[in-house]
Amino acid sequence: MTSLPKSTDRKLGLVIDLDVCVGCHACVTNCKAWNTSGYGAPLADESPYGHDPSGVWLNRIHSFETEQNNMSALVHFPKSCLHCDDAPCVTVCPTGASYKRVSDGIVLVDESKCMGCGLCAWACPYGAREMDPVAGVMKKCTLCVDRIYNENLPEEDREPACVRTCPTNARFFGDLSDPDSEVSQLVARRESADLMPEQETSPVNQYLLPIERYGTDELASPDFNLASLASRKSGGILSWVDNLLNGN
Amino acid sequence: MPETLPNPSPKVSDEVKQTTCYMCACRCGIDVHLRDGRVRYIQGNRKHPVNRGVLCAKGSTGMLHLEAPSRLNSPLLRTGERGEGKFKSISWDEALSIATGWLGEVRSEDPRKLAFFTGRDQSQSLTGWWAQQYGTPNHAAHGGFCSVNMAAGGIYSIGGSFWEFGQPDWEECKLVMLFGVAEDHDSNPIKMGLSAVRRNGGKIISVNPVRTGYSAVADTWIGINPGTDGLLVLSIIGELLRSGCIDVDSLRYHTNAPWLVNLSEGPEKGLIIRDDQDNPMVVDSQNGKLVSHMDPNAQPLLSKTITTPEGQEIATVFSLMVEKYLQPEFLPANVSEKTGVPASIIEGLARELYQVAIEHSDEINHSWRDIYGREHKTIKKRPVALHAMRGISAHSNGFQSCRALHLLQILLGTIDTPGGTRYKPPYPKPYNIHPSPARYAGPDTPLSGSPLGYPKGPEDLLIEPDGTPQRIDKAYSWEAPLAAHGMMHSVISNAAAEDPYPIEVLFLYMANMAWNSSMNTPSAMNDLKAKDQDGNYKIPKIIVSDAFSSEMTSFADLVLPDTTYFERYDGISLLDRPIGEPDLVADAIRYPVVEVTRNVRPFQDVLLELGGRLKLPGFVDEINEPKWKNYAHYLATHERKKGVGPLAGWRGKKGDVSGKGEPNPGQIDKYIENGSFWSAEIPERALYLKNVNQDYQEWAMNMGFYDSPNPFKLEIYSETLRKFQLAGEGHGPNQPPEELRTRIAEAFDPFPSWYPPGNISEEDFPYSAITQRPMAMYHSWGSFNPWLRQIHSENRLFVPESICQKENLKEDDWVWVESPTNRIRVQIKPMKAVNSNTLWTWNAIGKRSGAWNLSPNSPETTKGFLLNHLISELLPVQPDGMRWANSDPITGQAAWYDLKVRIKKAKAGEEGIYPEFKPQHEPPDSRRRPSTLQYGKEWTE
Repeated sequence: MTSLPKSTDRKLGLVIDLDVCVGCHACVTNCKAWNTSGYGAPLADESPYGHDPSGVWLNRIHSFETEQNNMSALVHFPKSCLHCDDAPCVTVCPTGASYKRVSDGIVLVDESKCMGCGLCAWACPYGAREMDPVAGVMKKCTLCVDRIYNENLPEEDREPACVRTCPTNARFFGDLSDPDSEVSQLVARRESADLMPEQETSPVNQYLLPIERYGTDELASPDFNLASLASRKSGGILSWVDNLLNGN
Repeated sequence: MPETLPNPSPKVSDEVKQTTCYMCACRCGIDVHLRDGRVRYIQGNRKHPVNRGVLCAKGSTGMLHLEAPSRLNSPLLRTGERGEGKFKSISWDEALSIATGWLGEVRSEDPRKLAFFTGRDQSQSLTGWWAQQYGTPNHAAHGGFCSVNMAAGGIYSIGGSFWEFGQPDWEECKLVMLFGVAEDHDSNPIKMGLSAVRRNGGKIISVNPVRTGYSAVADTWIGINPGTDGLLVLSIIGELLRSGCIDVDSLRYHTNAPWLVNLSEGPEKGLIIRDDQDNPMVVDSQNGKLVSHMDPNAQPLLSKTITTPEGQEIATVFSLMVEKYLQPEFLPANVSEKTGVPASIIEGLARELYQVAIEHSDEINHSWRDIYGREHKTIKKRPVALHAMRGISAHSNGFQSCRALHLLQILLGTIDTPGGTRYKPPYPKPYNIHPSPARYAGPDTPLSGSPLGYPKGPEDLLIEPDGTPQRIDKAYSWEAPLAAHGMMHSVISNAAAEDPYPIEVLFLYMANMAWNSSMNTPSAMNDLKAKDQDGNYKIPKIIVSDAFSSEMTSFADLVLPDTTYFERYDGISLLDRPIGEPDLVADAIRYPVVEVTRNVRPFQDVLLELGGRLKLPGFVDEINEPKWKNYAHYLATHERKKGVGPLAGWRGKKGDVSGKGEPNPGQIDKYIENGSFWSAEIPERALYLKNVNQDYQEWAMNMGFYDSPNPFKLEIYSETLRKFQLAGEGHGPNQPPEELRTRIAEAFDPFPSWYPPGNISEEDFPYSAITQRPMAMYHSWGSFNPWLRQIHSENRLFVPESICQKENLKEDDWVWVESPTNRIRVQIKPMKAVNSNTLWTWNAIGKRSGAWNLSPNSPETTKGFLLNHLISELLPVQPDGMRWANSDPITGQAAWYDLKVRIKKAKAGEEGIYPEFKPQHEPPDSRRRPSTLQYGKEWTE
């Protein structure tokens, strides 16, 4: 068993805005491209050109149908490790490979200690960990730990790959323990949610919920109707339009 | 416990090279991180005007495109039967000798016997010019089955169009309406824009039978019946006109609303009244006189119907428009059933558009000068922007539906205003300054101009005196008079039927015509391998250039293997398909960022070399030696006219001139230094209302977009369409054949109109069936990319729950889907967020077994499918025995989305995809498919 820190100096994490996510998968593939050649073992793909292509991803999008304003709708839900404060994947780890960093709160796997038992994936209620089929070690989101402090990158690029690439700017990165950070401000301003709070994992990542939509009901029940303007123009549009030239 | 810290600053790359993405048609700027000469990572270029740093799912995976086992490795000569995919590798010298022999013979005999068509080509100003110099009119890119209705509908109405020639003013608009926009063009800018609109508190309304992708984040989704968008829009237009909720000033001075239409019976009925300088005339309210519409002192009347002293009856365009759209047929209550949109919603849409565009909009400080010479200190914001794509274009009424959308924008005064839909330079360019299509000129003779263009009237059609089409695809004939992008979807079937004549060589570049880019795929495959009674192929020679082993390459006689976009030069040119933004003009290049490791050559280099070997004018120098070393040399030094070349940046001897200037041999290096693009801001005073903005007109001329200022009025009423209609009504020297007379007279309404798409019996085939484009795929590309194919490796038919109940279907059931043409067997998934009479699936996921170097039993083959099999290139037989093309009667645009089907559950035991096709062989020198992939392993820490 591995223990969690009592507290962390910072709580780095993601804020994901479901209001604008269109499910394009940019964050998914850009994450894979960065991380397969980054921290730890590459993210292997089996049967890459074959009958059952399947590989390891640190970030996936789940899409499901729901209802908004009495209308069918599709919600796109990107999901990666939430870097929980009470991370069950850490406490279940028999070797100390899974750990939560005191300095920034990132949950990482030290692959040199990982024996591939898979207990952590079983313990994670979000399904956010994936076993690498070739290296036999557990892979998970590192918050791009090899980007965010990387002095070989320009400062503006020291953020997770998924955040940098997102075409709808639906992903934000920052310190959720700092009430003045952009991410904390967003969470304060918008309706946000812990994912599956009943699991008592205290996730650091936050989801911003879709903002109430202006639906067809509002469109169809006007406070005024164009027809009322038509009756004002009792001489009809043709006489009205040229009378405008005379200032009438 | 001890905290293990991985190296916080691991090495990222040896170097970063900036070029332009080509994982779709969006043309984003990319930073390519290279290690050991390979691509480690790709990110968006933050400074690039198209994507400003972001990058989509496709672009992020370009390294697997570059290293795909499906890449072709050497020139190939067919050894088996067509379609088998049996080839032998040959040398480039042999390949080019063969091609030169075939092409040279045809050129000296009859250049029309070469049909040269390109697919998702981004070098059309080169390929078009090559066809012109070769002398064949039989050239086009893929626009005829893609979105010519949007391009032509736009150019003939507003001198611009959605996407490449215009886009919403994302930062300023408060209401965006999307019509038929699947998750495609243009990919990243739309995603960035929609997000900006929501963050700015604006509203998004999506009109689309399917609620996926962009529609998913819309405030309001209108699940319209396919093919009825135009009717919905005309009903909104009726509401706006009835209530006077329109931008009257804009109509008076920026559009042809006050122009006068001749109403007198005869051959000039419906034509515009003009002065002796050929200027359209208007009635000046100050004195009732008829004056030129360009008279700076005139206050044109909009409402007038008058009889001239000569007894000529004339009326303004505006009054005729009001008369037309106030007809009861356009009342919301009367279009509700056809569109599937309740009348109250249509009324609500009209109200919302008016309130945002006009009632609640501001006038802002902004200095500019109009074409009448008047100085303005302010401009009106009109923060309503529309964007439309294939859901409009891919119907047989798409041209007129697109015109209806532009009319809606015109009435609201939103064209090129702050917050509206804005032009992207070098547009606007009205139809009348585009060339007309050039005519065939004989053996060994270039055409006098581009094979493609915009006809101004029936006299510009490419037909023989007896009406026979001059082009193999019948573009610019009476079957498709305004086929501005050609009709690639007709080439193979016409060539096999020798209708209107046989061809000798079919030369295709990057077009998958044997699969997802043809209607009725089985029939296209049969046509490609059809033989005459002597056992000779009906299409005698097929040359295909592509970078990958596709379904189409298996039908080639000669394959000229291309490079990927990381390995070659490219020009994204203002002469072609520009990448400007509303505030700036821009163009771009690609350059080789990795070395070519196969025996392949960039197609553009090959085309230039073929031009040299064939001694085509312009491709050889004064001593008849090849003129161009390679495409980079051509890009930097070719001049289309004096001072105007493929690239507009860093021109002039010193490289200090933008737009128009002498060629600069060092130009490409300048582009590379600047991240492979060039851009220049439009002067502040020239930013808006460009069609009537004198400052813009002068700037555009100085930049080389125009030879002289070309101000023009937005065309509510198209005199060009009226000229074709008059011909249909029996006037003029050029008239359509009898069987097309009514169709021409009905379709060529000079005002935007609506007619039901297709002519399939709804009783027999009650449901529409359409495709949407997945965001992570681009047509057939993507399936050979292991990461993208994990997102979509098979496709289901999505079936509305109401139809599932009616037809007793549940998830995973196999069903038969039948059209008048064919039937397919596929697996379904129920869905709610879809129009209740519409089935849909993702486009181009299904693959032929053996293609793209995928395992023969890959899910793309065993569970993926195309709807194409169900779509005929011809409509069912008419009462008079005729079969019309399944195309828009105006532009010839392929009407994919007119498809109507019925569906029934397959019997027990009937499982698996139908139809199945015989697997194709892989090319002889194909790379082995790895059984596992650990991309980037050598760079991990």
